[in-house]
Amino acid sequence: MTDKLTMVEAVNLALDHAMANDPDVVLLGEDIGVNGGVFRATAGLRDKYGLKRVMDTPLAEALIAGISVGMATQGIKPVAEIQFMGFIFPAMEQLICHAARMRNRTRGRLTCPLVVRAPYGGGIHAPEHHSESTEALFAHIPGLRVVIPSSPVRAYGLLRAAINEPDPVIFLEPKRIYRASKQVINTDILPLDTCFTLKTGHDITLVSWGASLRETLAAANVLASHGISAEVIDVATIKPLDMATIVTSVKKTGRCVIVHEACRSFGVGAEIATGLMERAFIELRAPVVRVAGFDTTMPYYRMEDHYLPQVDDIVRASIKSLAWR
Amino acid sequence: MITDDQFSVVQFLDAEGRVVQNLPEWVNDQTTLIDYYQAMVTARLSDQKAVALQRTGKMGTYPSCLGQEAISLVCAALLRKDDVLIPYYRDLPGLLRRGIPLSDVLRYWGGDERGSASGAWGQDLPNCVPIATQAGHAAGIATAIRIRHEAGDPMKVALCALGDGATSKGDFAEALNLAGAWQLPVVYIINNNQWAISVPRAIQSGAPTLAQKGVAAGLPSFQVDGNDVIALHDVVGAAINRARQGKGATVIEAISYRLSDHTTADDASRYRNSDELQEAWQKEPIKRLRHFLHRRGLWDESKEQALKERAERMIEKAVQTYLNTPLPKIADLFDYHYANTPGQLEEQKRDALNREELRQRMHQKDAVGGHQHD
Repeated sequence: MTDKLTMVEAVNLALDHAMANDPDVVLLGEDIGVNGGVFRATAGLRDKYGLKRVMDTPLAEALIAGISVGMATQGIKPVAEIQFMGFIFPAMEQLICHAARMRNRTRGRLTCPLVVRAPYGGGIHAPEHHSESTEALFAHIPGLRVVIPSSPVRAYGLLRAAINEPDPVIFLEPKRIYRASKQVINTDILPLDTCFTLKTGHDITLVSWGASLRETLAAANVLASHGISAEVIDVATIKPLDMATIVTSVKKTGRCVIVHEACRSFGVGAEIATGLMERAFIELRAPVVRVAGFDTTMPYYRMEDHYLPQVDDIVRASIKSLAWR
Repeated sequence: MITDDQFSVVQFLDAEGRVVQNLPEWVNDQTTLIDYYQAMVTARLSDQKAVALQRTGKMGTYPSCLGQEAISLVCAALLRKDDVLIPYYRDLPGLLRRGIPLSDVLRYWGGDERGSASGAWGQDLPNCVPIATQAGHAAGIATAIRIRHEAGDPMKVALCALGDGATSKGDFAEALNLAGAWQLPVVYIINNNQWAISVPRAIQSGAPTLAQKGVAAGLPSFQVDGNDVIALHDVVGAAINRARQGKGATVIEAISYRLSDHTTADDASRYRNSDELQEAWQKEPIKRLRHFLHRRGLWDESKEQALKERAERMIEKAVQTYLNTPLPKIADLFDYHYANTPGQLEEQKRDALNREELRQRMHQKDAVGGHQHD
């Protein structure tokens, strides 16, 4: 049990506990050492665990991923920080062509137990290239896992699980809610293949992940004030996707609204909607609705709130769904 | 200012195998050179067989190492078993020297992941196809070595092979930069075979040498005649020793020539003139060492014949092992992506297995049906 911690403090605690627990866990990234990371996710860890285990790298994202792959093949467990998800693209070749494939292409002789952490998403009035949500790019890749926490407790429990996992995990931290709330951390390690039902209800299922859950939960409250009972699911593990929990909920409610920050098309929402078509076609009483970012470039911050899904968008989409009888 | 005249190509044997400078002491022990000679001949015959298997439809696209046997072999020979080799994809001689069976190499180019799976590979990395990406892996492996290193012990060493084309990539620059900044126990060996598919060295880079790319990273950097096993042994050996003593990384540009096409899917005559190729044949490593050994009375025709017969027997056995390898199982497609296979993937696996069973039943039914019509 801890004092109440923010999400970024929970990330820090998870890294601390993982390093204390396993001497093979090392951290690397840009400015993560004496500076403790630009969001302070690694604050204090260099002093505690030393230069060999907390490595400030040169400014080179492909290299960060490349050396993580190399280390991981030799049994080290690197936890790399990419400073912002907008800068992850040079690392993608290493993650897709090597990290994700190493186990398969050597039939398990070599493996890649690494975690790449990256703050992601909009809403903090950041510079260009700092606000995109490109989780679907990684979710498409066989061999990767993609995890997105939405609370301090889940950040702690999912990051500990990600570090324990024997395969590469992309761990995306919604930076808009890094310091939005505080929770007592109970140090439970959480499963990497299970959705979390944050609120039970029987009229409609709202599915989201990451920072958008704030608006989704707020929308559920608005709906509740109008006598509509919404079930809210935090997907949390984008890949592998726990369709069973979502399907069970939608079989009960008959309706589903999916909320995500990422562009609408070809995204995780489309995958969930298809899963519902395949498994809950009979029970669906309305078409699945997506509330999502536009298929535009993430706008620079003056207009970012016009891009990000807002509470009223979710409420309106829910009412539209409920209008189907 | 650093100029290219600060680089000179280390060489002991010229193209005819004549000694051009005082030989190092170790050469007096003839076993090393004879061993190198035998291994290069064996590698070349293995390489020829691999090309023949492709040409006869028994194996997929294959990148020959013809003419570059010395570089890969000597590097691997100088490593200890618990060092780590990070090969590119033209390293057959080195792989064989590391104890990886030829049948594994053939399985790999025969389209089977199991070619990179056997215990013989130890902790070595499999062939790396995306150019220069292995430079980062090597720096990471060297980092892992440094993390685990106990003060006072000799360092394990990572040795990374790449081609001249790879030196144009950012991955190469980023890895060298780190190797310099962190003093990593890694050796980067640039196998400069003058051609990156159809792009010649002259337009690959404006840098007068490829070795000097290491200078920018603060690394000791050398050019060596990549067809001269004595020069390679000296330069690569010194680099490995530096790394082993914890003194950091080295960059070596080994100058050779790709006597083959890029791969069996390529036709170099489209872009390369035959005069250049003929000239390069005069400098190749095996002939050079054979002349030297003959001159010293360390080799003769009967030894050559016996060696070739031994090699052919080994190769024939490996080819039979390769050709008799049963197909992988359908389940293998699914079972090696995750230690803990996700539910969706298990479902897809069940579907694939069911489909296979269905196909087999249909096939049996067809066979029975066909018989009835006879």
